[in-house]
Amino acid sequence: MSDALLNIENLSVFYGEFRALFGVDIAVKAGEIVSMIGANGAGKSSLLKAIVGQVGRIEGRIAFDGDDLARLSTPEIVARGVALVPEGRRLFPSLTVEENLTIGQEIGRGGDLGFDEIYRYFPILWEKRRQKTRELSGGQQQMAALARALLANPRLLLCDEISLGLAPVAIAALYQVIPTIRDRGVAILLVEQDITRALAVADRFYCLLGGRVNLSGLPRETTRETVAHHYFGG
Amino acid sequence: MAAIWINQIVQGVLLGGLYAMFAMGLSLSIGVMQFVNIAHGDLIVLVSFLLLTLTSGLGLPPLLAAAITLPIAFVGGFLLQRLLLQRVLGKGVLPIILVTFGLSIIIQNGLLSAYGADTRKVAGGAIETATIPIGGGVNIGVLPFIIFLSAIVLIFALDRLLYHTRLGARIRAVSDDVATANLIGLKSARIYAVAMGVVGATIAISAAFMSVWTNFDPSSGPSRLLVAFEAVVLGGLGSLWGTLVGGVALGVAQAIGAQFDAAWQILAGHILFLVIFVIRPQGLFPRN
Repeated sequence: MSDALLNIENLSVFYGEFRALFGVDIAVKAGEIVSMIGANGAGKSSLLKAIVGQVGRIEGRIAFDGDDLARLSTPEIVARGVALVPEGRRLFPSLTVEENLTIGQEIGRGGDLGFDEIYRYFPILWEKRRQKTRELSGGQQQMAALARALLANPRLLLCDEISLGLAPVAIAALYQVIPTIRDRGVAILLVEQDITRALAVADRFYCLLGGRVNLSGLPRETTRETVAHHYFGG
Repeated sequence: MAAIWINQIVQGVLLGGLYAMFAMGLSLSIGVMQFVNIAHGDLIVLVSFLLLTLTSGLGLPPLLAAAITLPIAFVGGFLLQRLLLQRVLGKGVLPIILVTFGLSIIIQNGLLSAYGADTRKVAGGAIETATIPIGGGVNIGVLPFIIFLSAIVLIFALDRLLYHTRLGARIRAVSDDVATANLIGLKSARIYAVAMGVVGATIAISAAFMSVWTNFDPSSGPSRLLVAFEAVVLGGLGSLWGTLVGGVALGVAQAIGAQFDAAWQILAGHILFLVIFVIRPQGLFPRN
């Protein structure tokens, strides 16, 4: 896809002898939400870690706005406008909400998305800003993790299973914000196990099974059953 | 009789200031960076010998010599972390202990070759013997008093650095979860190196005071490490103010022990450490 912000071509990821991805091709355009659907072990997280330069060895090409990300360190990738919301929130527990968010802002590329807007998206974070993040509920922690990534003012936002283990009300709050971010022109690559949720929010989707893309397309042109069939490899 | 005991306790508190100085850098590396630097005491002695060279060899005033060693120790700490310790960090407890143990042996033998085994001391001038009478027949030494006040100021400064600055937040973030720090793009190796540079600066300050107040020789490092380690554990891992309390507790215990018998001085400190460690293994003021 020539107009894509992120263009991944023939990507393979290796952990020693183990191969997690097999020649994957993926593209994400600016202002587009792309869902990456797959079961546990499908290679979704490996894909995101490869994009931010945190896997051992890769083959293929990861191009971001013309830059070959494989040649850059993670801080350089983040400074160019790629931010990750890691699986399991992964906040710094002894730091306050505000300190966690400030770190996100400092490592980013700078931009007009600041604390005011973040606190408008997630008013609870304003109330809890002085509290250590280990004292927050799971949903509040996930909001803080998303907020930390957003404050980096990314051009590409990578979200790794942000709904995992959360109450429906917290998931709804998070997924309410995702399209708003997309509408600011941010490209979003959303890794999810929840097929319904992933299809509902996405402009396009890919289904990953055993490290290979086995289905891709537009959510409106497929059915949940078709995706589920590819999800489980039936 | 009461004046004698009061005097001993006061001297013990002041001695605790020096112990807290020894322990501050170790408190940072154990509590925040989460590794034990076995060479910590030897690094203090190494900087003390550097001060000795600057004062006795080059004839510089002690204060100027201390000012020169401060940036050198910062850069030394930074490079030590970047070039050596970073290679073994995150690979378990044992590798970092072995590497710093090796470093300790290298420093001791290097100093022995360069300076010999004689006991040394940096001449501090009139301040070494100056005292302030505080009544009741009790006098406090000006130098120990300055050291004690400096320990408080240094702990306050380190506390501000760690808990009220962006650099401090980054150091604590890397300490919390280095894998996540790397994943989101924090330069963890650089942050560790800066933190070790700060440890180096505290080593320089404690070496400056130690070298004027007490004697030292190339093999003094392990005893300094032991005192520092006890102060850190007594105070509670990661708690800088706790480290001061731990140092003072050791100093007072030693002073009281010495009042009974000179041979009891060091032993009393170790006994206090063991008793508190058994009763409260998390230390007196553990940082949550």
